[in-house]
Amino acid sequence: MNWISNYVRPKINSLFSRREVPENLWTKCPECGTMLFHRELAENLNVCTNCDHHMAISARDRLRTLFDNGVFAEVEVPQPIQDPLNFRDQKKYPERLKSAQRETGEKEAMLVAEGEIGRTPVVAAVQDFGFMGGSMSMYVGNAIIAAAERAVKRKRPLILFSAAGGARMQEGILSLMQMPRTTIAVDMLKEAGLPYIVVLTHPTTGGVTASYAMLGDVQIAEPNALICFAGPRVIEQTIREKLPEGFQRAEYLLDHGMLDRVTHRKHLKDELVTIVRMLLGLSPAVKGDLPAPELTPAALPASTPDAAEGK
Amino acid sequence: MNYLEFEKPLAEIEGKAEELRAMARSNKGMDVDKEAAGLDRKAQSLLGDLYKNLTPWQKCQVARHPDRPHCKDYIDALFTEYTPLAGDRNFADDHAIMGGLARLNDRPVMVIGHEKGHDTQSRIERNFGMARPEGYRKAIRLMNLADRFGVPVVTLIDTPGAYPGKGAEERGQSEAIARSTEQCLRLGVPLVSVVIGEGGSGGAVAFATANRVAMLEHSIYSVISPEGCASILWKDAEKMKEAAEALRLTAQDLHKLGVIDRIIAESVGGAQRDRVSTMRSVGLCIDDILKQLAPMSRKDLVRDRRAKFLNMGQAGLAA
Ligand SMILES: [Zn+2]
Repeated sequence: MNWISNYVRPKINSLFSRREVPENLWTKCPECGTMLFHRELAENLNVCTNCDHHMAISARDRLRTLFDNGVFAEVEVPQPIQDPLNFRDQKKYPERLKSAQRETGEKEAMLVAEGEIGRTPVVAAVQDFGFMGGSMSMYVGNAIIAAAERAVKRKRPLILFSAAGGARMQEGILSLMQMPRTTIAVDMLKEAGLPYIVVLTHPTTGGVTASYAMLGDVQIAEPNALICFAGPRVIEQTIREKLPEGFQRAEYLLDHGMLDRVTHRKHLKDELVTIVRMLLGLSPAVKGDLPAPELTPAALPASTPDAAEGK
Repeated sequence: MNYLEFEKPLAEIEGKAEELRAMARSNKGMDVDKEAAGLDRKAQSLLGDLYKNLTPWQKCQVARHPDRPHCKDYIDALFTEYTPLAGDRNFADDHAIMGGLARLNDRPVMVIGHEKGHDTQSRIERNFGMARPEGYRKAIRLMNLADRFGVPVVTLIDTPGAYPGKGAEERGQSEAIARSTEQCLRLGVPLVSVVIGEGGSGGAVAFATANRVAMLEHSIYSVISPEGCASILWKDAEKMKEAAEALRLTAQDLHKLGVIDRIIAESVGGAQRDRVSTMRSVGLCIDDILKQLAPMSRKDLVRDRRAKFLNMGQAGLAA
């Protein structure tokens, strides 16, 4: 990433963040059927205003709504080798990648960024379910390692939003090897004494759940998110019985001791700020929307929790 | 002998030789020795040919062969003073995972592995080698014990995958696997893994995040079973041959990809045809690796393991 994208893009993000929503479109809530005005839905963070159903939110929108005033700087992720297995099923893997890139406008299934939330500098990594089901590719592994390395370098907490249908089958064993690789990334944070907070979003499954998504210091999930290792259909086929209502949903996992909290999207940012600041021994944060931090090339990427406190 | 589908021509020849010999036993004076010996030679050369160029799907079948030596067989054959250590101290003892202290050529080690069972009763008892959370948590406990007393850890990988069950999910299958991988990475003692049959996805990674990973010549290691991959990507579980090809799950491909370190040769016709010599080869390989890792400090062992996985994925495979 060059100087331009590092320091100019945040401003562009903030300029456009609230203006990209089309004016006259409606979305039907898949849960309660209510027709929702697009703009209203976006302002409600893609949560149904009628039934509180949490709909998918793109990785970039997640970053925009997370960081103060939507301002963040993307962290560069090392590009892995392309199509290592020369994989083809009914389509060639590079073609599948290209169409996912066209559909999402993103390079891959994870974005890494740094910025401030509640005036607290953090690194955030967001998995994009819209990109090939958020599947765990070598790029995703590299992204998590890059996020951890950046967090360690800047002494910042890492907040990771997981969402994945599982492995990137087209990368075969190298997808599987992201389980140990991302576990190493988590260990880097733990060794550096930095908080690693996982927010599990719908759905988080397979090898993703069985590695970095379950290793957080604090585990938060969005309401009704499906969180599992084996999916419900696979289990039903194996045990040949119907599964109980709400099985493998966030609230079910909370009941079974697998999560710390289930948190509504509208409270998530404040809660993250609260937890992170307590773990870092910082003073209580001022809640609510804050004006964008002043961006100078020296300040944003390099600032530490102390600097943010104005010490 | 259980013949695999692709071994049918071999079964025919061996069957003919057996028939001839049976005839000779009941008809005195009938000399079939020469003819039978000819068939034997033919069978032997066919066996060699068949196994020289196994397709990935054939390798999957060999890797899953019921007569292949399993974890318990290796423990009986290679280790002395095996002392099983049971339980996760939370919920149960998972019989899909064997583990305990043992000696390999007098050197104390902690041996841990998936056991599939060898007949109906033992397969059910072992849950076909599919572990539940308590299995991974037992392994974590044993690895931790080994770590504190400076005992190297040897893991034998042979699982279709972690068990997809209701209780397993409720008790935190994902978390258990994640912690087991994490424990592997933190060990200050040598960790050596050998894939002896099936390396099934996360259930295998949980034990195979090792300093050195070896695979038997006809074993497999994959992110998903060919059947599972076929039903997802081809929408047709019968396309498992194509999926097996595409997934690059053979020891040979994984070695080229830099995912595994060594390939252990099996006897002609696979481990199931000469269990003793295959197990001996595995023992020699483990011993050799342990000797190689012995001089390394705790710090270096952790660093070595991390570097191995962080550097993975530099090389691809040609079409
Ligand atoms: Zn609704």
